[in-house]
Amino acid sequence: MTTSTKQMNHGAFEYTSPTRQRTMGVVFLLIAVMVFGFFSRGLDTSLVTTFRMSPGGSDVVAPDWIIPSSIVINILGFICAALGAYQLVRGFKNWTNLVLGLVAAFFVFSFLTWAAAEQSLNLAGLINSSLIKAVPLTLGAMSGILCERSGVVNIAIEGMMLSGAFVATLVGSLTNIWIGLLAAVIFSGLLGLLHAVLSIKYKADQIISGTMINILATGMTSFFSAKFLQKYQQLNNPGRFPTWDIPGLSKIPFIGPILFSNNMFVYAMFVFIVVLTIALYYTRWGLRLRAVGEHPKAADTLGINVYRTRYVAVVMGGMMAGFGGAYFTLGSVGRFDEVMTAGRGFISLAAMIFGNFVPAGAFAAGTLFGFSDALASKLAILKVPIPSEFLLMAPYLVTMIVLAGVVGRTQVPAADGVPYEKE
Amino acid sequence: MSEEKMQKTKAKEPKKKDAGKVFLSELSKSSTTVTILAIISGLILGGLLVALTTEEVYTAPSFGEGLKVALQAVWKTYEALFTGAIGTPSKIVAALQSGDAEAIRRAFNPFFESLVASTPYIFAGLAVALGFRVGLFNIGAEGQIFIGALCAVTAGIYLKGLPHIIHVPLSMLAGALGGALWGFIPGILKAKTGAHEVINSIMMNYIAFRLSEFFLTGLLKDPDKFIPVSAKIEESAMLTRFFAHPIRFHSGFFIALLMALLVYILLFKTTWGFELRTVGANMNAARYAGMNIVVNTVIAMSLSGALAGMAGANEVLGINHNLAVAFSSGYGFDAIALALIGKSHPFGVILAALLFGFLRNGAVQMQLTAGIPIDIISILQAFILAFIAAPAIIRTIYRLKEPDFEEAGVKLSGWGGN
Repeated sequence: MTTSTKQMNHGAFEYTSPTRQRTMGVVFLLIAVMVFGFFSRGLDTSLVTTFRMSPGGSDVVAPDWIIPSSIVINILGFICAALGAYQLVRGFKNWTNLVLGLVAAFFVFSFLTWAAAEQSLNLAGLINSSLIKAVPLTLGAMSGILCERSGVVNIAIEGMMLSGAFVATLVGSLTNIWIGLLAAVIFSGLLGLLHAVLSIKYKADQIISGTMINILATGMTSFFSAKFLQKYQQLNNPGRFPTWDIPGLSKIPFIGPILFSNNMFVYAMFVFIVVLTIALYYTRWGLRLRAVGEHPKAADTLGINVYRTRYVAVVMGGMMAGFGGAYFTLGSVGRFDEVMTAGRGFISLAAMIFGNFVPAGAFAAGTLFGFSDALASKLAILKVPIPSEFLLMAPYLVTMIVLAGVVGRTQVPAADGVPYEKE
Repeated sequence: MSEEKMQKTKAKEPKKKDAGKVFLSELSKSSTTVTILAIISGLILGGLLVALTTEEVYTAPSFGEGLKVALQAVWKTYEALFTGAIGTPSKIVAALQSGDAEAIRRAFNPFFESLVASTPYIFAGLAVALGFRVGLFNIGAEGQIFIGALCAVTAGIYLKGLPHIIHVPLSMLAGALGGALWGFIPGILKAKTGAHEVINSIMMNYIAFRLSEFFLTGLLKDPDKFIPVSAKIEESAMLTRFFAHPIRFHSGFFIALLMALLVYILLFKTTWGFELRTVGANMNAARYAGMNIVVNTVIAMSLSGALAGMAGANEVLGINHNLAVAFSSGYGFDAIALALIGKSHPFGVILAALLFGFLRNGAVQMQLTAGIPIDIISILQAFILAFIAAPAIIRTIYRLKEPDFEEAGVKLSGWGGN
């Protein structure tokens, strides 16, 4: 590939080129223009937007948040314009991406204010469902992080999650949901092992090996579902993990019902984010894992077993994907349907890249993708003249833009996808 | 595992004659042997799966009885697969003896249906294979198929009053152009920014699905229908069918064969094709030789997209005559396995596409008579793909000799581009 020296500046030493500074300034200004042009123009100044602050069905009441639509939109538009002007003249330097995030958030908020003008929108419900939709995406992305940080491309997250969902249902129906969850984790771990053996031992191309696992998982789960689950309905009824209210915290208005009144998977996701971050960055194991993904030869010279490190990482990645897959059945609908992951494994892959191969970043990306998904279903209710299909395209478009380096390049592990040949 | 035994006896036989020995030794090293053994092994594993998931096997009174039941189930499955794909020999003979035209057509219909199913596979397989040859993984064939179908249907519906001889190529071209655009975008992103084509073409897939949903629920929707489906295309845009009802075999098959020939000539008989293959085999060498990586990458992805787009156009112009949501059902993804089995060679792709088409069509019959879910085809594909991707497994199982030189397999880059 053509890596110019300009693109090789990363991280702390990132230098913002004059071109990029100007481009970003123009982008901010364009967003401001869009806020004025689409949302502010033609909006009756007397309208108010009502945001409901407690999700439907929650008994923790919070007062509605009522804001004057037109004024709020105009203020946000002015702030965006001002930020754009400053970026053009002086530039935010290292803060550019943060400001970009801020401007994007203002844009989304003014969009919501406009869409819900004269009506009411359940903001708490929207955030809550974004968070819930982010769970499988984040878990899938962390599966990817584990594998790719060690230098093995994992395109099979989709297949591993689908298998996890299936095994969790089958075993969960025969025993109980906890054993079902365990079985899902173990089974997807075995798929991870298969991926590892094919790509590490037999040095098959990792993308092809991953594609193979996806085809296998789709075929196997649909085959067994058609042959057994549809015939014996009792095998497809594992039950679900109940909602656990965290004592005290769940009673906080607004935040409580969103964050602290969920099922086990949501809490587990947060725990995994913290644990994986610590493991990757603050333990010897994590340092070795990353070293193997960046420069396996150097790691080998220092006595790190490259193959074993990669085996462990890929199997753990499979287990993580299995856990995420179990969410679809045990944490969400409580039954298995054919091809029910519906491409979320691939969106996880996108979230991993968008999140810069870091657990917290993956969560942020997953929440963003979850938000556009949650918003698409809300828009139909608000009768906004934007086809929901276009909102559903947003995550894919954002990923492509990010990947193209518009928002700064993601740092891909250097040896990602390259089989290691011991000399 | 009779095949395995045969292989062993074959390997032991030729100790006297040198020529025979050399031939078998070469056969043992050949990658075609690996491919054939991979397909056979896949079928054996599939049979094992059928046997293991037959409930009667476990309720049989004795072990021998259970084995018999299992073998019967496997036999029944593959028999149904065969008759579904090719036709029932006794029915064909009876129809030919009766001389009734309708009966003869019905008897031969399974065979022609298999060819019909193979046609989009040839197009899509060529698309993926062309990408592989240039070192690009076009996992976006499925999306390109959707966009190709979308464009072809639009041309088929809205261009009116054209003669058949112009309307068909024009609609086909519209499909190819749509697919080409969908391949061009990941191509140019790869060439200019280094963004990996796999991620981008996956994203383009989903954008294509949403886009076709959008058009089918809006602009293109047939107002008389309740479900999101487009209107029928003009009669002049339909690909020619060669036989009367029920045989749906149409001219698309020959267009597909022609495309395979064109891709073969392009890749192996022109200087430009040599350049494309060099970029795929060793990008640094290609750059050093003064070849333009950017242009070649973009053109290869666009051509690949165009071929996949033609697969979509072929389906709507030849079979469906309108566009429905989710009409393709995975041709683009199957094409990945197919291209690898065909060794990314246009003629290999034709053979692999025929195999996949016959399997896919036969599986319908298999589901009806043997009660085996159609998804077993995906499982077979996955097994075969695993063996092809890691030929060392097949070489170990069947005790094949190591090849003298490692044949250049598909080489793709990681996300980072190295």
